[in-house]
Amino acid sequence: MILFDSVTKLYPNQARPALEDASLEIEKGEFVFLVGPSGSGKSTFLRLVLREERPTSGNVWVLGKDLMRLSNWKIPALRREIGTVFQDFRLLPNKTVFENVAFALEVIGKPKSHIRKVVPEVLEVVGLDGKEDRRPDELSGGEQQRVAIARAFVNRPKLLIADEPTGNLDPGTSVGIMKLLDRINRLGTTVVMSTHDAQIVDQMRRRVIELEHGHVVRDQSRGVYGYAR
Amino acid sequence: MRAQFVVSEVGNGLKRNLTMTLAVIITVAVSLTLFGVSLLVRSQVDTMKDFWYDKVEVSIFLCAKGSDTPSCVGGEVTRAQRDQIRADLESLRPLVSEIYYESRTEAFARFQEQFANSPIVDSVSENALPESFRVKLSEPTQYDVVASAFAGRPGIEQVNDQRQVLDKFFRLLGGLQAVALIIAIVMLVVTVLLIVNTMRVAAFSRRRETGIMRLVGASNLYIQLPFLLEAAVSAGIGALLAVGGLVLAKSIVIDQVLAPSFQFTAFVGWDAVFAIAPLLLIVGIGLSGIAAFFTLRKYLRV
Ligand SMILES: Nc1ncnc2c1ncn2[C@@H]1O[C@H](COP(=O)(O)OP(=O)(O)OP(=O)(O)O)[C@@H](O)[C@H]1O
Ligand SMILES: [Mg+2]
Repeated sequence: MILFDSVTKLYPNQARPALEDASLEIEKGEFVFLVGPSGSGKSTFLRLVLREERPTSGNVWVLGKDLMRLSNWKIPALRREIGTVFQDFRLLPNKTVFENVAFALEVIGKPKSHIRKVVPEVLEVVGLDGKEDRRPDELSGGEQQRVAIARAFVNRPKLLIADEPTGNLDPGTSVGIMKLLDRINRLGTTVVMSTHDAQIVDQMRRRVIELEHGHVVRDQSRGVYGYAR
Repeated sequence: MRAQFVVSEVGNGLKRNLTMTLAVIITVAVSLTLFGVSLLVRSQVDTMKDFWYDKVEVSIFLCAKGSDTPSCVGGEVTRAQRDQIRADLESLRPLVSEIYYESRTEAFARFQEQFANSPIVDSVSENALPESFRVKLSEPTQYDVVASAFAGRPGIEQVNDQRQVLDKFFRLLGGLQAVALIIAIVMLVVTVLLIVNTMRVAAFSRRRETGIMRLVGASNLYIQLPFLLEAAVSAGIGALLAVGGLVLAKSIVIDQVLAPSFQFTAFVGWDAVFAIAPLLLIVGIGLSGIAAFFTLRKYLRV
């Protein structure tokens, strides 16, 4: 699903690489936590998976594609198979819940009939049925993140990337979001999420990959958050 | 679905950025109008050249009694000299296409007719005007051949080319046209910069949308098309206004103002306007397309 082969990423005008000689493999169907202190390279790792950045050296394979060789015009096709969720939700403030999810389908050219069918379905999966016509500012943070997850999941992607999806949420709301991500994982989608939330990691007992200064320092199959010691 | 989405995006974009859109429309309209007018002046010069070069002639004035030019020291032109000049002109055919001899009496009659309402008529006596040969050339630019053959010959006072007078006038018009063209080009460059800036603002104000579009895998074309169309639509409206301006210039300034007061010359026809109009549209939309292409490559990358 994801294969990093001694990947180094050095941003322009930076002294130290954000990721250095990282090698790891993530299999289909896994649920992986990416942990590590601030600046350790978690977001960089996820951006490399999305081909928002290219590695300085090494190879990245995602969904069977060699991203080093993927030409620019094929990037959209790759991203259609990957759902993304971020700490800041990234919703359009002037669109309703329904329209926000529909937007993701419109811009990849899905027909209206398809949109009318799948958007209510996915809103039900994330537990937002009945709130289709609300705007983001009429929702709680947890609900807004559910909209973002609905948008990421509406195409039933094989891979879901989440960069600190609970970073802006209180612990109780976070648990709800984690249950939802767990459910999506059980529906067959591989989930990779970065987090600083020790409680969540310790509760879920899934694979944990820990980064420090751009190096993979730990890779445990049923790990705990750990680095706080 | 796709088309409808793109159309509504373009409409929203134009509305959101109304002042910038208006600025683009106006600069495109003004610069293209100027560009069109300068092209129109060019074809006007061509039209006038066609019209006038057909009519201009070389005049060979013969010595009259009392001429003080060095070639006239022998006094009034003699019959033998006049016949020789005529024979030499004949030998210059086919460059010389028409030869017409104007006697003093005819010259005086023509003068009286031309200045019928002027007091000058009474002050000029019949003998004051020289006799002359009026010569038409099949190739007016070859005037020098005639001039060098006749100027300074005994019996000839002066060789005169009307074309030289016209050329001064045409050079003046050409200069005006060049100035208009340079201003138009500078304005077009300003227009391109304005379009670039407008698109930059548009791309910035929509970075949320475009960011999401990129994340969910919208194609580059799909992300950029609304911006491209917005630029093309506003440039297109500006170009249409410029075409309107050109049509007004032709139908009011030329047909109603200039043509009635300057009946001695020809003016550009509608064919010139119809030839320039599509050019304005192409230049307008083309420039916006180029500006858009480079801006989008920089600001809306995958
Ligand atoms: N676009 C960029 N240009 C230059 N340097 C960057 C860029 N993005 C990240 N970095 C640097 O790369 C390093 C890793 O950053 P990254 O965002 O991957 O960390 P992170 O683990 O996600 O941190 P956090 O937990 O705070 O989100 C940091 O030192 C950061 O300053
Ligand atoms: Mg980060």
